[in-house]
Amino acid sequence: MPAPVITASSLTKKYKDFVAVDGISFEVAPGESFGLLGPNGAGKSTTMRMVGAVSTRTDGELSILGLDPNNNGPEIRAQLGVVPQTDNLDTELRVRDNLLVYGRYFGLPRAQVQTRADELLDFAQLTDKSKAKIDDLSGGMKRRLTIARALINDPRILLLDEPTTGLDPQARHILWDRLFRLKEQGTTLVLTTHYMDEAEQLCDRLVVVDKGRIMAEGSPAALIREHSSREVLEVRFGSERNATVSAELAGIGDRIETLPDRILIYASNGEEALVEVTRRGLQPITSLVRRSSLEDVFLTLTGRTLIE
Amino acid sequence: MTDVTFARTRRFGAWYVLEHKIRQMRAYLGTALATALGTPVLYLFAFGVGLATLITGNVGPVEGISYLQFVAPALLASAAVLVAMEEYTFGIMLGLKWNLTFVAMNASPITARQIVNGIMLFVWFRMLVTTVIYFLVMFAFGAVSSPTGALTIVAGLLAGFAFSPAAAYAATIEEDRGQFAILQRTIILPLTLFSGTMFPLTQLPQFAQWIGWASPLWHASELGRQFAYGPTEPLWLSVVHVAYLLALGILGWQLCVRIVARRLNK
Repeated sequence: MPAPVITASSLTKKYKDFVAVDGISFEVAPGESFGLLGPNGAGKSTTMRMVGAVSTRTDGELSILGLDPNNNGPEIRAQLGVVPQTDNLDTELRVRDNLLVYGRYFGLPRAQVQTRADELLDFAQLTDKSKAKIDDLSGGMKRRLTIARALINDPRILLLDEPTTGLDPQARHILWDRLFRLKEQGTTLVLTTHYMDEAEQLCDRLVVVDKGRIMAEGSPAALIREHSSREVLEVRFGSERNATVSAELAGIGDRIETLPDRILIYASNGEEALVEVTRRGLQPITSLVRRSSLEDVFLTLTGRTLIE
Repeated sequence: MTDVTFARTRRFGAWYVLEHKIRQMRAYLGTALATALGTPVLYLFAFGVGLATLITGNVGPVEGISYLQFVAPALLASAAVLVAMEEYTFGIMLGLKWNLTFVAMNASPITARQIVNGIMLFVWFRMLVTTVIYFLVMFAFGAVSSPTGALTIVAGLLAGFAFSPAAAYAATIEEDRGQFAILQRTIILPLTLFSGTMFPLTQLPQFAQWIGWASPLWHASELGRQFAYGPTEPLWLSVVHVAYLLALGILGWQLCVRIVARRLNK
């Protein structure tokens, strides 16, 4: 097995008396697509800033490409591409100029930056916008430009913090397609997300993070297999009745989770579980059988939903 | 990414920041040049020609020197301070708060020190353009009599540099509540009025003269006058001017590096 590009061990970040990252350990292999899945405030972005060598850790060990960010921050950053949670494109520069000035920060010669900028505008499907103002771009376009900018130095690791948060479904799919291409080309991706579908689409392996700790680790499929049932039956009885009905459902499936708007019944066979519900004389307003997802894994592990 | 390119960033990082700032400036280059040329023409005409007629026969406070000659070096220094203050305040806030460009730069191999150094280089660049144009206009108005006159430019640059503590202050601002307007009205404006720019400091009562002694603008104006038509003061005092301006400038610059580094390392 090749040496990992990122090794974190008991990585900790404290702000005064608040512990944002509480001793997490993980490794990322070269070419791997690694995800941190968790709700807002789980410590994902803080972890990403430490990995991005811009935030000094409070405790623990961290090695990026064999270097310690405490001593070799600039050397590490020279080999990373960073897509932050909030776009920080320079709104005073046009689209292509944003790539040009950024490429120079990596010590690339002007001619090389220009060629690279044009290739990346093409990759980000922004060639016809190269002279546009940043404020005139849509949210999805800004995101793609930020990704293009992060790729200007041909990075060994691409860090993406919440890459599609706030985008409409179509823009998300375009972005996923671009990221999937990078993955196919062998770029190491590290991304945070609170969208389970994003994690399932893009991550080979992920850690589920909550309150600064790692709750579980594995491939999306393995996590679902391990921490949830094969299928889930969702039934709704109306917001007032869900809680009371839930008691009468005891014993159906492996586990029952009562949420304010619906009841989730975890079972290997959802249809059979639904038959049992109706056999007990209970008539749900709506019912749905679906496959288990990472959302269910998170719910099982923490008792809370990802998006609250 | 090779070691060669990284070595370049390590050496020239601050110059890449300057390159970025100059590229940003292209968008408003016309306005910037018009301001740089229009300001000296207006000020020198209004004070040196207009106001001077009210001052008994355009006689300056120094024997044989016109009021225009007296006021011009101080106006040049004020112009440099104005340009520098713009970058120290809005330039810093733009990068740390409004546009987050410093955060983006810092995600690349560029360090906080290189960012601040790059901003300082840009301040010097803008001041240089402004003061050179100012000097040329001064020359055209006949306000330069000494062969060392061109050195008023240096006095102007030092004046702007000495205001760099304003950049350190701007870097501490987390929440924008109009602090710059307050800074402008309570510190910069009084300093401009009581720094011996329009009249000699000695015209003020003793208790108000200390404002001038503390003011970088007074030191720079006096220094500029030595170059433009001096000497009118002992050499040691000129040395004090230079030392005081450099000390303030270096202090503010280094403080700014530390504060920006702390702000970026969250």
